[in-house]
Amino acid sequence: MLALEFPPIENLVEWPAYFGDGEFFAFNKIALISVLAVVIPTVLFLLAKKEMVPRGLQNICESAIEFVENQVIMSAIGPEGLKYLPMLLSMFLFVFFGNIFEVIPTFQMPANARMANPLVLALITWATFIYVGFKHHGIGYLKEVMVPPGVPKALLPVVIPIEFLSTFLLRPFGLAVRLFANLLAGHILLVTFGVLCIAVWRLDAMAILVPFSFATLVALTGFEVMVSFIQAFVFALLTAVYINSSIHTH
Amino acid sequence: MSLQSVAIDVLAQADPEVLDPKQGQNEAAASGAGLAYGLAAIGPALGIGYIVGQAIQAMARQPESASQVQTTMFLGIAFTEALALIGFVIAILLKFV
Repeated sequence: MLALEFPPIENLVEWPAYFGDGEFFAFNKIALISVLAVVIPTVLFLLAKKEMVPRGLQNICESAIEFVENQVIMSAIGPEGLKYLPMLLSMFLFVFFGNIFEVIPTFQMPANARMANPLVLALITWATFIYVGFKHHGIGYLKEVMVPPGVPKALLPVVIPIEFLSTFLLRPFGLAVRLFANLLAGHILLVTFGVLCIAVWRLDAMAILVPFSFATLVALTGFEVMVSFIQAFVFALLTAVYINSSIHTH
Repeated sequence: MSLQSVAIDVLAQADPEVLDPKQGQNEAAASGAGLAYGLAAIGPALGIGYIVGQAIQAMARQPESASQVQTTMFLGIAFTEALALIGFVIAILLKFV
């Protein structure tokens, strides 16, 4: 039997504070990763030269901007959404860099696997699409959201609460839980295969299995890189879709 | 033991005396968690399979619309996948809380 000693879940996601333990300014690995996820893209964009013919770093930065422009904004909102580019781009980059630390050695923890980060990001999205809705439709936004056209009058008492719940409560909830659970699942998956590799390694008879479990670990690491990118893309895309649904209500 | 704890330190900040696997495990909750996630994954699995299958069909018929189909496909996957992820969160809650 494998001597598989899986650490309890608290040990996978909770980190001791570097300083200020128990205080409001307590600073642990998650906070460090969040700060890095802000600083790294900012520095990359500041270092990029603004030349006519892009080279090197400028290529990377410009392709990030163009990706958000074409794949997120143009496909979800259209040309009138281009003024949301700064917000969506910084959201995309923050989520992506918060995720990618999942596979970077010595960090090995996605900042978005704790509920706080996705929750705040989802609340920003929530506030933004409500603000955009009121800006475009005035107080009539509530009616536009809650009363879909063509619904019989008799059904309205059922439809209005459903529409209210799904727009104002389930949207931010779904957005936050999607990001959080994806990254938590990925982290647990990597830890599971890491523990499995070690447990197999310790059993001499099972040593022949080590390459297989290690290969799976490497493959899953690659898979998590993909997940980090796709989740950042999906987060920015859904923010754009929600903003669009506030501009063009029906 | 030492190799394991060194590696777990890197991955997961292990505390050797809490590494007892028996501790904090409730068999009923564990089997309930497994069942919850298994059941929650059935629907989204079918849904994502259908979405991606249809998207591939659309892209094969009209390769020039591939990028647009891809964006919509990711959107559909994100909405469908949320159900499975809520199941996963429920499983975690059942197992560990």
